Amino acid sequence: MAKMKGAIVVDMVSCKGCSLCVEACPTQVIGLADEVNAKGYNYAYMVNPEACTGCSNCAMVCPDSCITVYRMRVAEPA
Amino acid sequence: MEVSIKDIIKPENLVYQKSSLLTEKPMHYCPGCTHGVVNRLIAEVIEELGLQQETIGVTPVGCSVLLYNYIDIDWQEAAHGRAPALGTAIKRLLPEKYVFTYQGDGDLAAIGTAETIHACNRGENILMVFINNGIYGMTGGQMAPTTLEGMAASTCPFGRDPERDGNPLSMTEIVATLPGTRYVTRQAAHTAGAVRKLKKALIKGFNNQKENKGTSFIEVVSTCNSGWKMTPVQANEWMVENMFPFYPLGDIKDK
Repeated sequence: MAKMKGAIVVDMVSCKGCSLCVEACPTQVIGLADEVNAKGYNYAYMVNPEACTGCSNCAMVCPDSCITVYRMRVAEPA
Repeated sequence: MEVSIKDIIKPENLVYQKSSLLTEKPMHYCPGCTHGVVNRLIAEVIEELGLQQETIGVTPVGCSVLLYNYIDIDWQEAAHGRAPALGTAIKRLLPEKYVFTYQGDGDLAAIGTAETIHACNRGENILMVFINNGIYGMTGGQMAPTTLEGMAASTCPFGRDPERDGNPLSMTEIVATLPGTRYVTRQAAHTAGAVRKLKKALIKGFNNQKENKGTSFIEVVSTCNSGWKMTPVQANEWMVENMFPFYPLGDIKDK
C-alpha cells in the first residue's frame, strides 16, 4: 500500500502569521514560530512534518501565497 | 525506508505554487484578509485559462485599490463605485477582451449602487466580483449598507439598529432579479473547500464572456478581521455563524 507524503515550503519573509493555514491543516502539521520575521510576524512552519500528506489545504487558504506544496507517493514497508 | 523532507521537496513532486501572474510585491492587506485569497484565485484562474494578454481588470476604491500592483495583467482604475461603468466602456470598445471588475461592499453596494444595478440590468457581458465583509475596512470600520443587524461598527458601536440605520442590503439577490444577469452566485473563502468552489465560480464567470449572454456576478462573503476586531480565525468563525444565515452561499441564478 502506497501512501502520500507531503511537505510545504513557507515563504517566511511574506508570511503574516495569520494562522489560517494552521486551522486549515487536517493533520496538524503547521504551527507558528516563536521567532518573528522582518515584519514582526510569527511565521508559519512545519511543526510536525511527518504528518504532512501534501493535500494543499494550507496553500488554498493562504491570503499571501506563501506556501508551496510538494507531494510524493511512498511505498510502505512490507 | 524513511523519506526525508529533502526527498519530497523536488520539482517533480510540486503540486501547488504561487501563480506566475502574481507579482513579487507583498500585498498590503492585513494578515488573514480574504482579499488576498480572492486576488490569488483571480491570478490563478487567468493563468490557467491562458488569458493574461486578453484580460482587462477594473480596480475599485477601497482596500483592494492597489490590486493592479499584484496581478500582472492590464488594469484600469475606476472612480469610487464606477467600476461597472468603466467595465462597460472597455467591453464595448474591445469586445474580444475579457473584462472583470473587482469591488468591495462600500464601492459596489453604497456609492456604486446605480452603476451596479444598471450594468447588470443592461446585461453587460462582464464579470463582477463583489467582496462583502459588511464593513468599510479601509476607512476605519464604519457601517456599510451590508452591515448586519446588531453588528457593531465604528459608526454604530452598539450594533446596527434597523430603525435608525435601515436594513442590511443584499445586492446579490437584487441583481439576480434583473433580466441582464446570467450567472449570479454567492461564495466564500474561509475553508479550502470553499476556496476551490470559488475558483470554479470564477472560471465560469470568465468562460461565460465567450458566449455574450449577460453579466456574471460573484459575491464573496468575506472577513475583515481588523475592522471586526478579531483574529483571522475568530473572524472566519464569526462569519460562518452570523454572515451565512443572512448571506447564504450557493448559486442564485445560472442560465
